[in-house]
Amino acid sequence: MSRIEHVIPLIKQKTIRALLEKGERLDGRKPMDFRDVEINVGVIDSAEGSAIVNLGNTMVIAGVKLGMASPFPDSPNSGALIVNAELIPLASPLFEYGPPKEEDIEISRVVDRGIRSSKLIDLEKLVIVTGRKVWFVYVDLYALNHDGNLLDACMLAAVSALLTARKPKTRIEGDHIEILDEKEPIPIGNTAISITFAKIGEYVVVDPTYEEELAMDARLTICYDKEGRIVAIQKGGSGYFTSEEVIDLGKKGLEISRKLISKLPTPLSE
Amino acid sequence: MKSKLKLIDESGRRIDGRLLDELRPLRFEVGILKNADGSAYIEQGGNKIAVAVYGPREVHPRHQARPDRALLRTKYRMATFSVKDRKSPTPGRREIEISKVIREALEPALLLEKFPRTAIDVFIEVLQADGGTRCASISAAALALADAGIPMRDLVTAVAVGKVDGRIVLDLNHLEDQYGEGDMPVAMMPSLNAITLLQCDGTFTLEEFKEALELAKKGIGVIYEKQREALRSKYLDALKTYRVI
Repeated sequence: MSRIEHVIPLIKQKTIRALLEKGERLDGRKPMDFRDVEINVGVIDSAEGSAIVNLGNTMVIAGVKLGMASPFPDSPNSGALIVNAELIPLASPLFEYGPPKEEDIEISRVVDRGIRSSKLIDLEKLVIVTGRKVWFVYVDLYALNHDGNLLDACMLAAVSALLTARKPKTRIEGDHIEILDEKEPIPIGNTAISITFAKIGEYVVVDPTYEEELAMDARLTICYDKEGRIVAIQKGGSGYFTSEEVIDLGKKGLEISRKLISKLPTPLSE
Repeated sequence: MKSKLKLIDESGRRIDGRLLDELRPLRFEVGILKNADGSAYIEQGGNKIAVAVYGPREVHPRHQARPDRALLRTKYRMATFSVKDRKSPTPGRREIEISKVIREALEPALLLEKFPRTAIDVFIEVLQADGGTRCASISAAALALADAGIPMRDLVTAVAVGKVDGRIVLDLNHLEDQYGEGDMPVAMMPSLNAITLLQCDGTFTLEEFKEALELAKKGIGVIYEKQREALRSKYLDALKTYRVI
């Protein structure tokens, strides 16, 4: 039985750094080049919204399901958003089935924060009967192939699936709520996009591949909304960033996010 | 729907009477738990958090051991009675994520390569929560690690900044965290200008982000001095006893 570790040969790490010194990367990109993004929406008929995202060789799928439920006691006038990401063994020899690990949970929670803070979905419009019945929006993400930067791929997939999701119309008669066959777009108020940087030695690259992630010291993910405001940040990895680096990446990320946002599907509600 | 709670009054005072750039009352204690190799306690506003460090010690399960350095493990947990509605004792996704970001905030400061094949465990128990527990935990954990004698590049100091009624404020309390427009926890190795934890939730423009980061640095400077004082006072006391003997 072989055990695959999260390690990278020193020689490859040296190559990555040597290339970065010249402003190059193993796959031919410049440090601030994002990989090609391909988004296909509406790929799953049984889901209310869905998307497959290819980011270089990284591939993830997102599905949106809706469920009618009682609202959370602290938000009786609001629907709910529940994001769950799973890094399944299909996607990489490093992943195993089992209870969600730190990495899965971090992805779920950062995607959740980006969507929630940006107010991408107008949760208050998901109320069916105030205080009693609301829509719960479940966004489930599965990694299909892991070649680095699963976080940004998951964010793109979750957002694309939500922008194109439909919810059934309802009719209320007395105490009875009838779910109709007719569907309408879910209420969309904004958009969210995440940009992840990896710090390798003294260099910073955007959208790291798996090999670059193994060689990186630290990671910084910044999420923006369509007005270019920062809606979520997450630093990861066992290294650090200086405050100058962080501010510089805030600006660079904004430029990159503007290009990337145009690749998202048009919301159905527009 | 969140009620429009007024968090800053006309005179620029916050809901607990503080100024925008004022920290909550803060107190550290080092070496409070006798069984642990290192320990610390923090009270910051209504937060009460105890941290224990065990290690460097043998790694269980064995296969987790790293041949070139110590394995750092952190567990952030909240006591069931630490919040208004009893918290389930099973760790939730929030606690697992926070344990991860705290580990990654402390790791850059530790010379883990000095202790290959060992584990260093940091156990954080939030006894009472009042907003900003992850930051308070980090500041206390750094002291517990220093108390355990683990060689460090610097202490790690953390504080949350945020946006409340459109203003950037320092060291959010529970209400400001819940009803404010944004929350940004920051941890640094202050002497090295190195940011080891950065998260954000809520909306900030790039300008606000810069302002928030500057304010965080200012707060971190003050907390850092308190940490050093707490550490020094423990060893000054120890020195006195030693001289008597």
